[in-house]
Amino acid sequence: MRHYISKENRALISELVRTDFKLRYQGSVLGYAWSLLRPLLLFVILYIVFVKFLKLGSGIPHFPVYLLLGIVIWNFFLEMTTQSLGSIVGRGDLIRKIRIPRWIIIFSSSLSAVINLLLNMVVIAIFMFINKVDINFSIIWLPLILIEVYLFALGISLFLSAMFVKFRDIGYIWEVMLQAGFYLTPILYPLSLIPNVTFQKLILLNPMAQAIQDARWSSVTHETLIPHTVFQGGWYMYVPFALVIVTLIGGLIYFRKESKYFAENI
Amino acid sequence: MRQEIAIKVENVSKTFKLPHEKVSSVKSAVINFYKRKRTYEKQQVLNDISFEIKKGEFFGIVGRNGSGKSTLLKLLAGIYSPDSGQIHINGKLTPFIELGVGFSPELTGRENVFLNGSLLGFSRKEMEKMYDDIVEFAELERFMDQKLKNYSSGMQVRLAFSIAIRAKTDILVLDEVLAVGDEAFQIKCRNYFREIKRKGITVILVTHDMNAIKEHCDRALLLSQGQIIEEGLPTQIALSYLEQNYNNNNKPKTKTSAQDNKSRIDKATISKSKVEAGSKLEITANYINENKEDLNFGLQIYTHSGSYCYGTNTGLAKQKTVNQASGSLKIGLKANFVPGIYYINLAIMDGQAKNILDYHTNILQFEITGDKTSEGQTFIDTQWEY
Repeated sequence: MRHYISKENRALISELVRTDFKLRYQGSVLGYAWSLLRPLLLFVILYIVFVKFLKLGSGIPHFPVYLLLGIVIWNFFLEMTTQSLGSIVGRGDLIRKIRIPRWIIIFSSSLSAVINLLLNMVVIAIFMFINKVDINFSIIWLPLILIEVYLFALGISLFLSAMFVKFRDIGYIWEVMLQAGFYLTPILYPLSLIPNVTFQKLILLNPMAQAIQDARWSSVTHETLIPHTVFQGGWYMYVPFALVIVTLIGGLIYFRKESKYFAENI
Repeated sequence: MRQEIAIKVENVSKTFKLPHEKVSSVKSAVINFYKRKRTYEKQQVLNDISFEIKKGEFFGIVGRNGSGKSTLLKLLAGIYSPDSGQIHINGKLTPFIELGVGFSPELTGRENVFLNGSLLGFSRKEMEKMYDDIVEFAELERFMDQKLKNYSSGMQVRLAFSIAIRAKTDILVLDEVLAVGDEAFQIKCRNYFREIKRKGITVILVTHDMNAIKEHCDRALLLSQGQIIEEGLPTQIALSYLEQNYNNNNKPKTKTSAQDNKSRIDKATISKSKVEAGSKLEITANYINENKEDLNFGLQIYTHSGSYCYGTNTGLAKQKTVNQASGSLKIGLKANFVPGIYYINLAIMDGQAKNILDYHTNILQFEITGDKTSEGQTFIDTQWEY
């Protein structure tokens, strides 16, 4: 374990994250502000369409914050997986020419997504304040839920980035899957909108749906449908967590196996 | 592993799969799987390689293009994994397959220095301490806040080299790094080599430059088609390498002037093709001089790598000119050269020794044999007194 957090690796990770940030908004006038503006603008659009026009979520208190939190968490997942997907191929020059632990590339690209998430959480905190959300003690769960999302995204990232070295179609496939995932996860619509309880259960088996609902429950309003209430305490409420663990371990094993051949396959 | 060994390579083999049509989409992978037909060629790049490198040794790896040198180097560097066999590395190994890996054209010179430093394992603090020295050594003080894309390639190499030489490591792996840069850069490289040698760092150098091998290395090995052909002293390896190139018909082309020259060299021979340094050689050339003009003769000697060693002509040497219709010319010389392969050019010139009438490049060759007891090109008998 010591060897993973050695001084060299830490220095490398910090430089790679810095470079990522510097390069991302290279040449744009607003620069880093875009990492906040992007989700905010998306939020404004969705808010106008779904809350003002379609009148969704009228029964849920603080629905704008509720909506924003869902968007931010989903965006984090989307950003981390899509960035990591091409990161091994994108850093091909390093992999083919110097000795660098391969996991560092995935890890550093995931860290820049984490930094964005934290910035966005600050925005959410401000919105919660403006919206006069009562801070409940259950908010201590939020960091754990975010860690769960991170681990899930990490498992998927490891898998996707290693696959992408061999099969470039993965990029397009993942794009479509993300699109489907966005609608299959109760981000725009409250889960209570789905009348069929079986469908609610099925949707909540997805770790992203579970995490977003739990995050809303813990920090915005307890009037959120969460696995615990929907599954009524049945054992399958643990399925999302099991999926996260399986994805992470599977991703690690696959990445480890494939990483030996990255240099020759890129 | 014994402590004095830096690198131990045991029975290492490496095969690359070269697909006939690269499977890079899921569709073709599915189709190929369904058809149960995998069309790829296996190319054995390295075959059962074993050798050891001692600590502090300057070790050369030579071989023609495609002999597996670079693959071997990447295996040592941990970039590729061997199919079979084992590689033991004793200490920290830093590879320089290329200078300036990870340089980003959109970042400034300064930012790139820190990024590149982190790839060598330096923290930001350590880099800040070294930063001024690096910039000064690269002679780029004025350009550090410009984007790297605005640098000339020479400037980029200088910057990369200045960072690279800061690497604190036990074993260095260098692949043709010397092949770039101008003369001033080459001198810096050579000085750097002397310095790391003095420090006792183990170095593995892959190059086509036999002079570098002879100058710096303690030992070398010759690879051919993925196998070790020879391992031993650099001079010996350099000779074998040159011979190998020669056998593959890669010797410099013999160029002759048109055959209908009125004055021309007909045939040339050399008394011995292999001699020891300092021994006598005799070149015999038959010439034809149809117009019975006054003629001068010229001689040039080049090394295999194309350096000009020696040249003279009968005009310069104040010999009398020749005006017979034909005859035979004898040149006696003392082969005062260090071991290696040398090529001879012969020329016929006019009476003033100004215009060349007939010119034959690489018309003859000879080899100076023997162990490496000296460096450079010229063999000068030296006596040492204490």
